[in-house]
Amino acid sequence: MDSTADDKREWPLFEIFIRARGGLDHKHVGSLHATDARMAIEHARDLYTRREEGVSIWAVRSVDIVASDPEDAESLFEPARDKIYRHPTFYQIPDEVKTL
Amino acid sequence: MKAAPPVEAAPVEAPQIGAPQAAPPLFRYLLRLGDLSLVLGQRLGEWVGHAPVLEEDLGLANIALDLIGQARLLLAYAGEIEGRGRGEDDLAFLREHAEYLNPTLAEQPNGDFGETIVRQVLIDAFQLELYERLASSSDGRVAAIAAKAVKETRYHLRYSSGWLVRLGDGTAESRARVQAALERLWPYTGELCEEDELDREMAERGVAPRLAEVRDGWSRRIDEILAEARLERPRDRPRTWFGKRGEHSEHLGYMLAEMQYMQRAYPGAQW
Repeated sequence: MDSTADDKREWPLFEIFIRARGGLDHKHVGSLHATDARMAIEHARDLYTRREEGVSIWAVRSVDIVASDPEDAESLFEPARDKIYRHPTFYQIPDEVKTL
Repeated sequence: MKAAPPVEAAPVEAPQIGAPQAAPPLFRYLLRLGDLSLVLGQRLGEWVGHAPVLEEDLGLANIALDLIGQARLLLAYAGEIEGRGRGEDDLAFLREHAEYLNPTLAEQPNGDFGETIVRQVLIDAFQLELYERLASSSDGRVAAIAAKAVKETRYHLRYSSGWLVRLGDGTAESRARVQAALERLWPYTGELCEEDELDREMAERGVAPRLAEVRDGWSRRIDEILAEARLERPRDRPRTWFGKRGEHSEHLGYMLAEMQYMQRAYPGAQW
């Protein structure tokens, strides 16, 4: 089978991010296929907000996401392991602050 | 001459064939609105499991569910107005095709995806113009149903017109197919905004808008969408159907046979 021909037929993949309510971040919820940006938003609405999950949608073409290489995980992430002092666990959080 | 054997049968009530002309006008008007949503919703439901891609499968099903939701509200209210104890299910599943008062366009078969989209654009634009005005109906219940439906319908038109533009302004193949579908379905659009006595009476009572107004709004929207989709608006042709009065194409009977099968085979069945 000619895989390049198949790739052409396949609609581009989009990653979908939904904001559950005002004040919260957009969270990645999944991905879907769409031919263009408008369709990506409509599909995201139909697939991921059927039960009032959100008030805002971001759609990003998956190919536009730059990802770290799993091979680099050791050098990228392990050096942080013994830096316990970077965790802000030594602070008293005031009661009034709700969203930390 | 022998005496005829005694006839035991009780007088049989003649089955009501055709639109119940004696029924209250508001009842008949509500059936027009409700049947349009119900029949179109059932047609879209036929795509479930068959749409070109999974995302469209869900998109069409969502619209179908919106439409069936509208039909439930409208038919339930129709049943109350009629006052003969018929509920939404009785009206949906136990009426004959000639008692259905949806415009004939709604019952036209799905055809290919492009034809479904053409039918959807034509009806979405009509329902949007209609519901926007029904939201200020003198009948509070109609106004409330329309206010809810108008939000759904705005999305339906956004979805369907987006697709019509993609297909019309797409490849030679997609353009040819949707243009052909437009030619095929166009004759059924004449009925949508053609005012008859019932529409006139509803308008005079402030329940419904004048259909001439709806026609202008519809026509403008359709022209804009067709221009963006680079499709040609077909010429108007005289109509031969009038589903709003129960005069349907042959397609409705088959559709109802499938839709009503369970209630006909197992009367009163629930799930």
